[in-house]
Amino acid sequence: MTRKQSGGNTSLWDGAIVRRAAVDALRKLNPVTMMRNPVMFVVEVGSVLTAVLLLRDIHQQSAAFRFDLQITLWLWFTVLFANFAEAMAEGRGKAQADTLRRAKSETMANRALAAGGTEQVPSSKLRAGDIVFVGPGEMIPGDGEVIEGVAAVDESAITGESAPVIRESGGDRSAVTGGTRVLSDRITVRITSNPGETFLDRMIALVEGAERQKTPNEIALNILLAGLTIIFLLAVVTLQPLAIYSHSPQTVFVLVSLLVCLIPTTIGGLLSAIGIAGMDRLVQHNVLAMSGRAVEAAGDVNTLLLDKTGTITLGNRQAADFLPAPGVTKQDLAEAAQLSSLADETPEGRSIVVLAKEKFGLRGRDLANTHAEFVPFSATSRMSGINIENRAIRKGAADSIARYLEEIGGAMPEQVRADVETIARTGGTPLVVSENERALGVIHLKDIVKGGIRERFEQLRAMGIRTIMITGDNPLTAAAIAREAGVDDFLAEAKPKDKMDLIRREQAQGKLVAMTGDGTNDAPALAQADVGVAMNTGTQAAKEAGNMVDLDSNPTKLIEIVEIGKQLLMTRGSLTTFSIANDVAKYFAILPAMFAGTFPVLNALNIMHLRNPESAVLSAIIFNALIIIALIPLALRGVKYTPMSADMLLRRNLLLYGFGGIVLPFIGIKLIDMAITAIHLV
Amino acid sequence: MTANGWLQIFIFFAIVTLLAYPLGVYMANVFSGKRTWADPILRPVERLLYRVTGVSPDVEMRWTEYAVAMLLFSVVSMLVLYLIERMQQWLPFNPQHLGNVPAILAFNTAASFTTNTNWQSYVPETTMSYLTQMAGLAYHNFTSAAVGMALAVAFIRGIARRECETLGNFWVDVTRGILWVLLPGATLAALLLVSQGVVQNLHPYTTATLIAPQTVTAQGATQRITTQTIAQGPVASQEAIKELGTNGGGFFNTNSAHPFENPTPFSNLLEMVLIFAIPAGLTVTLGRMTGSPRHGWAVFAAMAILFAAGVSVAYHAEAHGNPLFRGVDQHATALQSGGNMEGKEVRFGVVNSALFATVTTDTSCGAVNSMHDSFTPLGGMVPLVNMMLGEVVFGGVGSGLYGMLIFVILSVFIAGLMVGRTPEYLGKKIEAYDVQMSMLFVLVFPVIILIFSAIAVLLPGVGTSSIANPGPHGLTEILYAFTSTAANNGSAFAGLNANTNFYNMTLGFSMLAGRFLMIIPMLAVAGNLARKKIVPASAGTFPVTTPLFTMLLVGIIVIVGALTFFPALTLGPVLEHLLLQAGKTF
Repeated sequence: MTRKQSGGNTSLWDGAIVRRAAVDALRKLNPVTMMRNPVMFVVEVGSVLTAVLLLRDIHQQSAAFRFDLQITLWLWFTVLFANFAEAMAEGRGKAQADTLRRAKSETMANRALAAGGTEQVPSSKLRAGDIVFVGPGEMIPGDGEVIEGVAAVDESAITGESAPVIRESGGDRSAVTGGTRVLSDRITVRITSNPGETFLDRMIALVEGAERQKTPNEIALNILLAGLTIIFLLAVVTLQPLAIYSHSPQTVFVLVSLLVCLIPTTIGGLLSAIGIAGMDRLVQHNVLAMSGRAVEAAGDVNTLLLDKTGTITLGNRQAADFLPAPGVTKQDLAEAAQLSSLADETPEGRSIVVLAKEKFGLRGRDLANTHAEFVPFSATSRMSGINIENRAIRKGAADSIARYLEEIGGAMPEQVRADVETIARTGGTPLVVSENERALGVIHLKDIVKGGIRERFEQLRAMGIRTIMITGDNPLTAAAIAREAGVDDFLAEAKPKDKMDLIRREQAQGKLVAMTGDGTNDAPALAQADVGVAMNTGTQAAKEAGNMVDLDSNPTKLIEIVEIGKQLLMTRGSLTTFSIANDVAKYFAILPAMFAGTFPVLNALNIMHLRNPESAVLSAIIFNALIIIALIPLALRGVKYTPMSADMLLRRNLLLYGFGGIVLPFIGIKLIDMAITAIHLV
Repeated sequence: MTANGWLQIFIFFAIVTLLAYPLGVYMANVFSGKRTWADPILRPVERLLYRVTGVSPDVEMRWTEYAVAMLLFSVVSMLVLYLIERMQQWLPFNPQHLGNVPAILAFNTAASFTTNTNWQSYVPETTMSYLTQMAGLAYHNFTSAAVGMALAVAFIRGIARRECETLGNFWVDVTRGILWVLLPGATLAALLLVSQGVVQNLHPYTTATLIAPQTVTAQGATQRITTQTIAQGPVASQEAIKELGTNGGGFFNTNSAHPFENPTPFSNLLEMVLIFAIPAGLTVTLGRMTGSPRHGWAVFAAMAILFAAGVSVAYHAEAHGNPLFRGVDQHATALQSGGNMEGKEVRFGVVNSALFATVTTDTSCGAVNSMHDSFTPLGGMVPLVNMMLGEVVFGGVGSGLYGMLIFVILSVFIAGLMVGRTPEYLGKKIEAYDVQMSMLFVLVFPVIILIFSAIAVLLPGVGTSSIANPGPHGLTEILYAFTSTAANNGSAFAGLNANTNFYNMTLGFSMLAGRFLMIIPMLAVAGNLARKKIVPASAGTFPVTTPLFTMLLVGIIVIVGALTFFPALTLGPVLEHLLLQAGKTF
């Protein structure tokens, strides 16, 4: 499985998927399966009814046979198209599941015996609690936790990411997944899941949709659709007596056509496809949702808790400015800072070299024949630096440099002390550079807010979502970053318990909270949050507690998850509205066709000027069937989503799907009518 | 159509709008137990009533308890009315010595008044004694309206309360509705009506000698008529609550067309304002009690749009007159109102007849000042469609609001998803149970109308034999009867003889089902909403206060309401209209 963005690099109409879906569509005609979808079940019953009556037509050599046959066929097509839509949505998941199954091939595991020593057992025999040893090149036989050792692991089978990751005992990177491969070193793993319940098993079940349960909102929507179906069933069934009273009784073919056109087949046929496709979109973003409920909750989220590091800011602080001491030029400070950092491989050190290069054109120098001696960072001195040509250049935190200067008889100028203070107050980290006993000035290191994140937060705000930054920094620093990143609020000096309290507080106000986490101490908060996204690199406990796992371990993805949730709900709502709005035009097609024979004045209602009653009914039923096929791409991709306020979204979608839903079928039915009369189908 | 006509419609609605705010705020205060100007007089009365009846006013009820109290109250009240009707011969205040009401008719009437329908299968002045009218019928005019108000307030509490099991106390809500709202309003209105000439007495009927005796031939026998019986009675007191409580049961057979019920253009305007007053005010009460006044006005606006659409069509259709009267001057002039005057009172003319018909069917009133049967097909379709929408255009006292709120919930559910959140209404998530109960509420209505109508048209012996006109007009008569009763309206499309055992039973059942089978799911929704948390509003919240929401609500009402009945309407009034244009009448 390779990483794909929404829209995907596999085409929607991939040949293999379409073929498989076409077969599945037939298989799904089984009434037991169909009963799960009340709207389409009614269509199927209608199709069976007309098919039986068609036999009578043949027997009686009825003149209406040609028309009745076409109606019957299109009714069956309606059912099949709806099944096809669902099968298409499942198809992509099934293809992914096949790939995963290959990773799940049987391996032999070295299981530790209680008495000491090991035995070879098939991986399918492993139970939770077993201890196994995995060496280089071997497949990890099951989900577990590294209890000894450290190893590079290739997890591409799960994440699609080819770069190996480090897994080690203790800490937050101890979880390993069955089906991944150890590349180097040897680890001891305690198995944490029983056969059939592994991460891979769950993943297969999820992408395949085998365990798919209807989500709460889907259930509610199904009730609405079933209710509307009953109402229209009633309207059509009672129409016959009224028609008899009016001396124009109708055939069952026409009545079933009217019924099928009125009941919300469009949304009824596409509803489960929309749900499956929503989950699939998450999978394409390398996120596994453990339940559809979580995806819906993502759309509803009111508050996002975002960790500062890695989500809002780049992982490390970077040099932003040089503030020289009195009597020192900026150029000199930059040069000394660069020299001191040449050997410093930390991201901060590199950022100093880069800044010096960008701001002052100082290129890295070849120090090979200058007898330069690097002074590495040590825990006792808490400084690093370089000794070169009688220059002892040091770089470190203000207090360490101050102490160092005092020892060698120098002192920190007031100006430098003041600069240090200012930087610290605005949330930055000051590093003082000294040369021999002289302080040269201060390097301003600051958190770099990720590019574009501010705009993201503005969009979230427009959607009514509040962002809260979580950081271990002091409130001063936190406030400065919060201001720069444009988050709505922050939680400084946060401990796991504070996070938990914050979530509870928000939830008590009726809000839904989403967060990401990876450590074991995040687990309670992940479980408490309405949407808890665990990082795949995180501990087993974190992954169990959350209701989603991000295989890329990218905390920024929380925002995308929210958007996918919203898109899923919007697609559902838009197609429901569209489906109901469609009915207006169908009435104007079918009702005059039913009664204009007896009462020619009713042709006044035939505002589309459809050619004749047969073509009118047939056009409506063909439109009704084809619209399902036409909307499959929309159902699978989701409606276009642009972050904006609810009021604007409603305005746009209501115009597009509500108003459009009223107008489009008038045009569509008219065109079909012209086409089928041109080729003399009726 | 004339500018003067439109002006009259505008003035009427302006008065309703101006009245809605103070009345709505007042009702919010009454039902929230806040202080009002009437407290010094009414508080002691209220306390006394509770002491006598043993009601503990502070005990809150769950939705189920509220429903049981409401049903109990309605069943007992219905039984009392039935018994009065069945025994009126032996009871006082019967100067005309009218006999006991037959059993099935008495059942139909008891069901009718208990459900706020006031469908009248009988001729009141020759059937009901003064006691039956006052103690039986007028009593229900007050209580059925008060029950409706109580239910609406319970529903509003369901929306407004957070994580709460109860909806208020039924007995307190009914008592306060009667004492604080209906009694003062009806008293004032009755006095105003008397000032216009509406009678109020307990006299026997007056016999007047005709100035010009008439000769009438009926059933082969020629008869010379020299006298006329003029019915009397305590009319004003009943007329006031008949409109204010959207009951509509006339003291006389011709209802508000009778000069003793509705003598002048002013009394006509007053009656129409009374019909709309409480339902319009309740939208303000909704906004007030839920803390979202703009939502209240958004709902008011949706009702106003549907009202305007209805009255425009009705006025347009009636003012254009009958296309078959070629050569007859049907234009409005200083001397005549023009248009289709069949079945209308000259003192009201076309505008005030079309307006009254719209107002009375927008609400569950059903009082009439003209005969809807004689309207042009399209003009007559307006009252029918108004009722088919579920009487949510202001609607009955209380029932209009809760019916509308069910549509609000469905609108929010259908369109709410389009903003990318699971649907929520004023912070309450709309979930499967709410949708289920709301759909049940919506479903009951067409089930009653369509199934009974289908049965009636298939039974020539008892169903179609009652209709006076064949063809689509006859179909409309049957549809109208079942719609009017299921919607608890009670206005009749004259032309159908409904005083038969078949119609008295089916229409009686239709009224009971149309009220109580809908109230129970409605209360279930209210009870479930009350239990929920309130999600605070944000920029991502589905807006229920904007004009866009108003339009959406109107759209959903029209599509869900009208689409159900569109096939039936096509074979009824629509077909009749088209045939009339082609020169055929029924």
